[in-house]
Formats: sequence, C-alpha cells, structure tokens
Amino acid sequence: MSNAENAVVKVKKVKKESELSYWGSVFFRFRKKKMSMFCLILMTLIVLGCIFVPIISPHTITSTNVANMNQPPSMTHILGTDELGRDLFIRFFHGGRISLGIALVVVVIECVIGVILGCIAGFYGKLIDTIIMRICEILMSFPFIMFCITVVGIFGNSIPILIFVLVFLGWAGIARIVRGQILSLRELEYMEACEALGISDIKRIFKHLLPNVLAYVIVFATLGMASVILVETALSFLGLGVAPPTPTWGNMIQPANQFIVLSTRWWIWVPPGVGIFLSVMCFNIVGDGLRDAIDPKMKR
Amino acid sequence: MSDTALIRVKELKKYFPIQAGVVRKTVGHVKAVDGITFNIERGKTMGLVGESGCGKSTTGRTMLRLLKATDGEVIFDGNDMLKMEKSKLREFRTRMQIIFQDPYSSLNPRLPVKDIVGEAMLQHKIVPNKKEMKERVIEIIGKCGLFPEQALRYPHQFSGGQRQRICIARALAVNPEFIVCDEAVSALDVSIQSQIINLLKDLQDEMGLTYLFISHDLSVVKFISDDVGVMYVGHLVEYGSRDKIFANPIHPYTKALLSAAPSFDPKAKGKSKRIVMEGDVPSPANPPSGCRFHTRCPHVEPICKETVPENRELEPGHFVMCHKAESL
Amino acid sequence: MNENLNNDLNNVDDVDIGAMMVPESGMPAVGQKKEDILLDVKGLKTFFHTDNGTVRAVNDVDFYVRKGETLGLVGESGCGKSISSMSITRIVETPPGKYEGGEITFDGKTLLRINENERYLLPEKDMRSIRGNDISFIFQEPMTSLNPVFKISKQISEPMMLHRGMTKKEAHEESIRLLDLVRIPNPERIVDEYPFSLSGGMRQRVMIAMALACEPKLLIADEPTTALDVTVQAQVLELMNDLKSRINASIIFITHDLGVIAEMCDRVVVMYAGKVVESSPIEELFESPQHPYTQGLIASKPDMATTEKRLHVIPGNVPDLTELPGGCPFHPRCYKVTERCKQEYPPTHKITDEHIVSCWEYNGSGISSEGGEEA
Repeated sequence: MSNAENAVVKVKKVKKESELSYWGSVFFRFRKKKMSMFCLILMTLIVLGCIFVPIISPHTITSTNVANMNQPPSMTHILGTDELGRDLFIRFFHGGRISLGIALVVVVIECVIGVILGCIAGFYGKLIDTIIMRICEILMSFPFIMFCITVVGIFGNSIPILIFVLVFLGWAGIARIVRGQILSLRELEYMEACEALGISDIKRIFKHLLPNVLAYVIVFATLGMASVILVETALSFLGLGVAPPTPTWGNMIQPANQFIVLSTRWWIWVPPGVGIFLSVMCFNIVGDGLRDAIDPKMKR
Repeated sequence: MSDTALIRVKELKKYFPIQAGVVRKTVGHVKAVDGITFNIERGKTMGLVGESGCGKSTTGRTMLRLLKATDGEVIFDGNDMLKMEKSKLREFRTRMQIIFQDPYSSLNPRLPVKDIVGEAMLQHKIVPNKKEMKERVIEIIGKCGLFPEQALRYPHQFSGGQRQRICIARALAVNPEFIVCDEAVSALDVSIQSQIINLLKDLQDEMGLTYLFISHDLSVVKFISDDVGVMYVGHLVEYGSRDKIFANPIHPYTKALLSAAPSFDPKAKGKSKRIVMEGDVPSPANPPSGCRFHTRCPHVEPICKETVPENRELEPGHFVMCHKAESL
Repeated sequence: MNENLNNDLNNVDDVDIGAMMVPESGMPAVGQKKEDILLDVKGLKTFFHTDNGTVRAVNDVDFYVRKGETLGLVGESGCGKSISSMSITRIVETPPGKYEGGEITFDGKTLLRINENERYLLPEKDMRSIRGNDISFIFQEPMTSLNPVFKISKQISEPMMLHRGMTKKEAHEESIRLLDLVRIPNPERIVDEYPFSLSGGMRQRVMIAMALACEPKLLIADEPTTALDVTVQAQVLELMNDLKSRINASIIFITHDLGVIAEMCDRVVVMYAGKVVESSPIEELFESPQHPYTQGLIASKPDMATTEKRLHVIPGNVPDLTELPGGCPFHPRCYKVTERCKQEYPPTHKITDEHIVSCWEYNGSGISSEGGEEA
C-alpha cells in the first residue's frame, strides 16, 4: 500500500471507530449517547454561567438593600432578593461558583493523592500495599458527620477546612480503585514484556500503567464531583460547611427551614435546589456515559 | 551437544507457595517446575510440549527471571542468570526476549506501534535519539511484514496476526540472541499461524536467533524444533532431538501424546491404534508419588509408584525419565 | 463398534446417491429425498447492525444435514460458523443481530422463512420446545456452560423433567445412566457433585450427557474440544465417535481444526467470511480440495508427516466483516485471483453430487492447486 493510497483510504473513512486513537474512539462512542451529550452541554452552560454571570452582573453578592428585601423575581432582580435584599440571581451563580469550585478542587486533590498512593500500593505490593490499604480502610470507616462536627468545632468553618475534611475522607476511594486496576494490569502480558525488555519502574508506572488507569480515574472524578457537591451542600445546609455571607447552593437553601420561606418565598430556595439537582444529575449521567464509552464491556 | 550450548538449564525448580488463612501461612507448594535439565544450542530451536498445567510456560518465564526460581541454575552464555544483580540483569535482559500467546493483552493499547517497539531501544541507548529510533522501528517492523505507515497506528487497529508481528518486532528491537515463544501461534487462525511460523523461521536464519518454542501443538513443534522436550506435571519426561522423539518415542506419555494428535487423513479414522489415556492430568499442587505419570500409565509397575525415575541418557542426547525405558 | 457405524453410513449413502442434489440458493430442493434431510438451511442471512456498520456474519449460507450424519462446519474466526448454528435455534442476540433472510426447515417444520414477501419466525414458544429437546448444544467452555451453584444431577435432570415429563426420581436415575454412557467413573457419586470439583474433560462429558438427556435429533457441538488438552480431546472425540453409533442423532460439529474434522465428520462445509466456499464429503475434501481457500487451509497446517522447510501460506489477514471486499470475499488473499473475482460473487459449481464449490476458477475439471494465474 503506497502512502498516497493510504491517505485516500483515511479520508474516506473518517468516521470509522477503529481508525481513531483511544480518546477519539471514546468520544466517538460517547457522542452516540444523546442523554449524556445533552447533560454535557447543560453542564457546560451551568459552568459558563457560574464563571461569567458574576463578572458581568451589575449587582454584587454582598450589597444589601433593606428596602428591597424579599422581593419576588422582577426585571431588575431576575431571581428576586433575599431577606437582606441581596440579589439572588448573582448569588445563585456565585454560589454555584463556590459549590462547583470546591467540588473541583476536592476531586482534583483526591485524585492526585489517590492515584499516587494507589499506584505505589498496587505496583510495589507487599508491606507498603498493606500499610496504604489499612489506612484507606480506617479512613473509610470514619463516621463522616461526627468527624466534620469535630473538625469544624475545633478549627471553625471555612472553605479550606471544608476542602481538607472532604479530601481527607475521600481519597481512599480512588486509591482503592487505582490499586485494583494496577493489580490487574500488572498481570497483563505487556507489563511482563516491559520487564523482559528491562524498562525502568518509573516508565512502567507512568507510560504503561497510568494511562490505562486514567480512564477510570476520570470516570471516578466525574461521579465524585456529583457526590462532593451533595456532601458540601448538606454540610453547608447544616451550617458545618461554608459560612455565610459567602453563598453556596447549600447555605442558600438554609432559609427554607423556616416555614414562612418554604411556603411563601419559593424564589429563595428553589433556584439553588434546582442548581444542585441539575449539576448532580449532569455529572452522574456524564460519568455513566463516559464509563460506558471507555469500556463498552462494563455495561452488561 | 553441550559444547556449543547457549543456554544450560540445570535442575531448575519453581514452586509456588499455597497460602491459606488470615495470616497467609504457607500450607504447601505447587510444584510447577520440579527439577528440569536441558541445553539449547546457539541458533537452534528447542520445542517444549506438554498439556496445560505441566509447567512449560513457567519454565520459560523462570529462565528469563520473570519469575523467581526456587532452585537450580540457568547459565546463559557463561553467566548465571539466577544469581545476577538487578542492575546488571536489566542490561542483560536485552539478550533474551519473550513472545506471548495472547496478541491482545501483550500490547499496551495506549501506545502507538512506534513507541511499543522503540521504547526499549531508547531505554538501553541502542539508538541515540527519537528520530533514529523511528527509522530503526520502521526497519524492524518491515522485517516482520508491516508497512512503515503502520508505525503510527495503535494496537486495536490491527488484527491478531498483525499484533503478533508487532510483538515479534518489539522482541527484536533490542537485538536479542534468544527468544522464548510462549504459545506464540496458539491463539491465531490456521492460515495466520503458518505466516507467523514462517516469519519466525526466516528471522532465525537471518539473525541466528535461538528459540525456546513452547506449545501444546505437536505438529507445530515438530515443524519448527531441532530438539524437543516433553513435560508432564513439572518433570521433563523425555528430551532429545526432534527426529528421535517423533520417530522413536520411548516414554509412555510421549507415545500417548503423539497418538492423541488428530490426524489429517480421514481414511485413518478408526484404523489408527490410538493410545487413549484414562483420566486427567494430575494437579501439580498434589502430584502423584514416584513417577508422576504412573496414575495414567499403561505399563505401570510397583516401583513406579514409589521412586521417582532418574533422567537417563538412553542414547547420546536422548534422555528419558522412566523406570522401564529399556524395555519399552 | 466403529465398523457397525461405517456400515450403517454406507447403507445410507447407497440409498442417497443420485437422489441427493445440491440445494442452490433460492431454489427448492426438488427431487431431494425429503425424509432423509433432517435440517435444511437455505440462503440464511444473519447480520449484526453495530455502531461501526453492518456485520454480515452469515451471508447467504446453504447447507443441509441428513439423518444420522455428522456434518463439519469449518473455518477461521469470524467466518460465521457459530452464528450459522446459533441462527438455527435462534439464540443469536437480537438486537444487534437480525435474521435478514433465508429458510430453515428442521424435521419437516419451518423454523424460519424470510424473503421479500414474508417474514415468518416459528413462535418463541414452539422454538423453546425444540431447543434442548430436539436440538441440543455443546459449547466450547465447559466452565461457563454449567451453572456453578447446582449439582450435576439437577442440571441434567431439569430438561428431562421439563421436556420428557419425568419425575424427579426417574430423572435422577436417568442422569446416572447418561453419566455412565459418557464414561464418567462412579456416576452415582459424581451426580451429587458440583461442577467446580470436576476437571475440564469431565465437565465436557457432563455437557455431552446433558445434551443427550432429551434424546435430541440434532446435536450441535460448537468447538467442544478446543479448550481441552490433546489427550483429553482424544478421549472426548473417541467418546463422541462411539456415541454416534448409539444415539440416533445427527451432529453438526463446528471447529477450526481440520484434524478434528477429519476424525469426526462424514461431510464438511467450509466457510469463509460468512459464505460457504466449499462443501464436500470428508475424503474428497482432503484428497482433492477445490477452492483455493480450502487448499490453503489444508496446506498451511503442518501435518505430523511433513518434512518441508517452509509452510504453505495464505497471504493477508482474515477480513473485517464490516467492510468485505467486493466480489468473492477471498479474492485479496487468493493466488488465482482474476478481474472477475473482484467484481462478482462466483456461482456454485457442482463437482459431484455432494461436492460443491463457489469459485470462478472452477471449469469442470477442477482447480489445480499448483501455480497461480495472473489476470
């Protein structure tokens, strides 16, 4: 086959899955899932809104206006105002920024710690594996809420403390997944071939094992985003998370525990609720879609 | 025959511990390879046949130190492989390579062919830079029957036979002298099998390679090998030149194995006096006492159940592990 | 025992020769002795519609099985041999699979008839009583085909209680008899064991016993010995050869191993890329293979007797079924390829009553296996 001929063939079959690179074929399969694609677009819109709305909006999150409190939605205040007269539209997107931002930071740190420790445990095995896995088991059996209350009680509630708590208790999950994957990949014949070829440990981990684990890490991260958002909102709702006046979707729902707000001022608590619902749903469905696209065999 | 031997394996043993209970106490051993001795001459092919679980793959992997041997010696060109220091071993590994059975799990799906084949060249500084690596990769995959433009593709874009060619190219990349072919053609279709076997033969003629060809397929082993070893539950029961083993098998197991292979001649159906053995291959975790074949052997005698037969050289270069070798 | 079997088969042959004709695609089998044909497959098409295009796994396949005969289906991976047999009992997963055409007649009943005007599939209820009762399967993987949580006795008895209306006790006794038939030592003890305590060869015997439980008319064995060791394979093949004379069933034996075919079968159908390329009685196929693919297949396997330095090679790779080459699908690998082969699928030539080949190069006197012709 000459080069020219080959080029023609390539042009003809752009859409053929087997011609694509690994991530190309993952996206090829992902694109076929309408629900996942829809959620991906919705998620992107929410994220873009959270980034840009606070920048272009004329209002600020903390400017109170007592004359204007508890207003229903109007042209000036698209989502109305709260009991301090703050604009809820900008607080909604700013809250999303914080909620999603925390989730992102937590998941990224979790993944970095989890992947490194999981790789070490899985690759070297023996004593170091036992130590890391026992630590994971201890962390995973911590009573979560008790731990949060204690930490917040000692250090006060702030965003860094919240992130620390979530990461501290969360990385064990990803470490276990990565370790499991590495253990099974390590047995594959191409790893044995690497050993026979005398490839160094570093290259074996970073060039051969990690890229094959990455797909699972990404799926975990996407699904992890959803659960971190939920946990963060729950903690903020309980007053253990981010302290007002910094808005998050969690502490924005908090007024709903007063009956008057719940029954008459729906504009205060419905938008953050919808924000939480939509983003969690989107992350979950995108994560599921990604998982199916990455490993079509896992579906059944 | 031992003067020109590239590899000498002496009393090689590989036991896998069986662990049980919470404290992972070792309660026994799977004697996968239990004291086997043979030599492979430079430029020749040694075939290793046997049924599943007989330890033939373990032998190959232990020889390359992909598994840690329990006991014994593997002398490669005067160097004791099993006692070598790790740093020296890494360099030494370029002299011996392995090709696996499954062309799917033996290639990293994330790397293009260029990197799969070329990685070890850079690691061992066989080529100075990436540009020369690519040139060299194209040369090697060309030898293995692939096109230069295929160097940029990923493993999933190839069929089973082509993947096996990539595996061969990867092994050749470090200019080895010795290659273990572990069931290298067993997973391939018949028409592809013959392509790969011819390729292996051509490469041997061209580069003077030495092979250990592990297979359960007797016809393939007969075709490609110069010497043949027959393994049964961790023992090398018969070992000698191909012609001796196939024309004049002595060990009852070799005889049964040879007669069990299906013949291509439909007219021979029902006529051939096939030795059909009773029972199954015993487990290497709990091998029979004495001669390991005594549970299925048609010529069994009391001594077979008690003492392990010695490995005797009946004729020069023809070793048999059977008490009754002379009378069979 | 084998002699008996051979005599029986010879008698069958005497009656049939001359009366048989090759069923050609789309044509009714006129003049064929209907009562001798157990299974007749004509123009079968089973396609898989996947994201990557349509896989023509079985593409216009004709074959038939006579009563008491063992038919071999041979070919490389992806040639459609398993899908053909699965289409007969309709156990192809649909979707992605779809029966696109053809007619299957089994024991006088039409199981499937699909053409432009009609799409008839025997109702699932009737199909279920045929499966396991009239047609039974032996699969390659004895590990996965047995349910690990039930005892052997339960697994063999169940279909007998279901299809043959036996009581539990009768079925249990029958199970022991069947295990004895497949030469399992101590059947009374083994019947109460779980599958994991048996070796691979034993499991495959249990599978055979299960397949025989309902005295099927047709036994489909899909690579039954591929996963077994040579010596165990020899045991199982010998057992099946022995059983052939005792049970009055036809067998379809699917394998990629020509050696096994030579041992087991009376007649062979060679498949390539979803098509039947050659079909012939066993001796004729090995003596004078006509299709270049069959010739290559036989020549490329090193025989125990071979002394040559190099093996015969069929060049190229097994084709991707989603993008088959036009014309004859074998043409890119064929040493006798002509322009015509690239354009049109070749017609089916009848060499003798039972020997057919699909190749443009056949001219009445056979295709020589030596040399090649340039187009």
